[in-house]
Amino acid sequence: MNTFASICIDGVAYGMILFMISVGLSVTMGLMRVVNLAHGGFAMLGGALAHFGMAALGLNFAAAAALAIVVVVALSAPMERLLYRPLYRMGELQQVLATIGITFLMIASVSYWLGTSILEIRLPSTLSGAVNLGFRTLPADRVFVIVIGLIVIGALYLLVERTRFGVKLRAAVDERDAAACLGIDTAKVFSRTFALGAALAALGGIMGAGLLPIDAYYPLRYMVLFLVVVAVGGLGSIAGSFLAALGLGVLDTAARYLAPAYGTIFFYVAMIVILGWRPHGLLGRTES
Amino acid sequence: MSAGLQVRGLSKSFGGLVVAREINFDLAPGDRKALIGPNGAGKSTFANLLTGALTPSGGEIRLDGRDIGRLREAARVKAGIAKTFQITTLFQDLSVRENILLPVLERRGAGLRMFRRADGDRHANAEVEALMAQFKLQPFAGVRVDELAYGQQRLVEMAIALALKPRILILDEPAAGVPTGENHLITDAIAALPADLSVLIIEHDMALVFKVARSIVVLVAGAILVEGAPHEIAANPRVRDLYLGSGHG
Amino acid sequence: MSFAPRNARLRDLALLLGMAVAAAAAYYAFPDNLAFATRVIIMMIFVLSLDFVLGVAGITTLGHSALFGAGAYAAALCAAHGWSEPVLGVIAGAAAAALVALLSGLFLMRTRGLTLLMLTIAVTEVLGELVNKFSDITGGADGLDILMGPIFGVLKFDFRGQVGYIYAACALLLVFAFLRVLVASPFGLAARGIKESPARMRAIGAPVYWRLVAIYAIGGAVAGVAGALSAQSTSLVSPNVFDFQLSADALIMLILGGAGRLYGALFGALVFMSVHQVAASVDPFNWLFIIGALLLAVVYVAPAGLLSLPDLVKRQLRFSR
Repeated sequence: MNTFASICIDGVAYGMILFMISVGLSVTMGLMRVVNLAHGGFAMLGGALAHFGMAALGLNFAAAAALAIVVVVALSAPMERLLYRPLYRMGELQQVLATIGITFLMIASVSYWLGTSILEIRLPSTLSGAVNLGFRTLPADRVFVIVIGLIVIGALYLLVERTRFGVKLRAAVDERDAAACLGIDTAKVFSRTFALGAALAALGGIMGAGLLPIDAYYPLRYMVLFLVVVAVGGLGSIAGSFLAALGLGVLDTAARYLAPAYGTIFFYVAMIVILGWRPHGLLGRTES
Repeated sequence: MSAGLQVRGLSKSFGGLVVAREINFDLAPGDRKALIGPNGAGKSTFANLLTGALTPSGGEIRLDGRDIGRLREAARVKAGIAKTFQITTLFQDLSVRENILLPVLERRGAGLRMFRRADGDRHANAEVEALMAQFKLQPFAGVRVDELAYGQQRLVEMAIALALKPRILILDEPAAGVPTGENHLITDAIAALPADLSVLIIEHDMALVFKVARSIVVLVAGAILVEGAPHEIAANPRVRDLYLGSGHG
Repeated sequence: MSFAPRNARLRDLALLLGMAVAAAAAYYAFPDNLAFATRVIIMMIFVLSLDFVLGVAGITTLGHSALFGAGAYAAALCAAHGWSEPVLGVIAGAAAAALVALLSGLFLMRTRGLTLLMLTIAVTEVLGELVNKFSDITGGADGLDILMGPIFGVLKFDFRGQVGYIYAACALLLVFAFLRVLVASPFGLAARGIKESPARMRAIGAPVYWRLVAIYAIGGAVAGVAGALSAQSTSLVSPNVFDFQLSADALIMLILGGAGRLYGALFGALVFMSVHQVAASVDPFNWLFIIGALLLAVVYVAPAGLLSLPDLVKRQLRFSR
């Protein structure tokens, strides 16, 4: 029973991290149709900046995290305009190559600035204990991650379903050219969505530093992971990313506990089965 | 056993949307029929049902008496049905010669040959030269098709279809998008098609239709409204109201 | 107007000769670096196979190392179980990789785009994990040390790597000639047609799915040759032959040089490996700066690869007149 609870709590927490990092990638890939292999870099940058804030500037966790996210958003704007905009009209392979190049540059920059060892992010001491929920006690840091994840999905739901930006975003994802014809400034939607995705990735990177340690090679090491979540969930689908992230997070954690000799086999077999059954992902749209 | 194409009761629906209703249609060897109708009438759908790109919900399609309704696209090509694409779909990066060589080689069953040169088959080369001559494309033989004028690209489309030596040729809006100055290329090419070939032309360009077609079929909302000789159709009041009266479709 | 196939054949022969001369020149020019040169040659073979699959036929894959690894392990297992003649090992490697490609291709070729890309990665990861798991056979995470016998029972591998280099260079020439012939054949033309427009190919009666499976299997066999040579020349094999990094590097080398014409694969591999060798020995992170900037430069300035630069320059000069 203890193992089961551990799998659940760890799996869901892991899933939340994966979701936070991957949701931005799913939306930007569904929206701008760009294969962005550099997305994990934003998670890394968020983590690196938060580490710097705490270690070098002496900020507390919340302040460092906030600073990190703000800086990442600020960096993402010129990146989108200068580096990504020309990619929108290029072929898939060129996009893969360019974003790999961007990833390399991010890795090289962070390693030049902060070295190549793991960049620790220590959660505040209030979160290092346990939370008593009445029927069980659970590790506070995992609960914290899950709560943040739920807030994120809730906020995203409100954003997408209840705001004007959300309407424009959905229109642009569904029918990009038609949306442009209707007067929606797609360029602005793109850059805002890109920034939002980067911010969420940074948040996920910071929150997930315990499960996915931050170091300079982070984007390459976990690139495949985020792409898997996005592919399985379906491009452009926030709900799909959520389902895929949670499902895969729990599955991977369960495998780690119950059958560690098999490594990531179950994870990838699950992906093969799901994509074989639904090639466009769980909630992806078939391109007309 | 009757020669040519025979369609009986052909129907197709996508969920609740009916795009083809009980279509009965004949195309004898040597026919030159035009299929016209307003936008959304289901003309391209009908063509795709004939080539196997779409599977029908009901009805049957016979070629020379043989039921081909269950054959997939590639098999129907082997059976003798070829279609040009409404939106020019050529092998962009390849030359005119290569574009025409490919269907010739496929038809001759040479697609799996690995140890001889593609351009080393004398008979295939002769066929390609003949087709290029027929469509006056020889000066552009080595040119990449995406560098050709649009009208000439439409001719390469037709050449590819003819390279398959079909019995039934479906031309899906052959003049669509062709500048008026180049239109004659299309009409001349159609006029020069083999006499025993059955040709079905889907078109909006009425001038082309009346120049080329010996009979016209009018399709509206997935069903055939009327069929007859060009002058009968032109005089038909229902057709006039529906379609011709509004001018160039 | 004729096709002049005889001229083309002569030209191919001349180029093959040129490659042989270049390989010989490298042999005499860098007698102390033959191990590195052999690695470059093996990568050239690997990237050639990727060019056939991706550059010619348009199959987007980031999982080519699955086939490399299959070839490597097959050759290593042959040697470990007593069949230590190298050419036999290469044949076994090619066959094993072709089998893996065939089986995975049966379901991979039903997908396209991002889905295909992800599935190729997944297949590679699963294969790598399986190799790790069945450590009794494969040596697990530590891999296998193997002892290679003499080629054809006569030519022994020497410590300076001379025999190994010549062996790999011969393999490269054979592979290159084979792929050139294949691409120029009707099968190769059809592969190019499938890349341009699968819909059009179907409309001319070609069974696209089965052709793609065949192409993937053949390309896989060539990748297996590269993997086998790699295991044989280093006398060891380990699960890192299934690394994602290898597939990504091969893709970078291919696009860098220019995909679709086979020469780009050679050029891209040469440039990438050389720059890597020089830069990485100086500072591993400067290497990432350099290659990252190079990639961006290629994509934004010369998307058809470095080999297209002369054409681009020519076009620029024509415009500026």
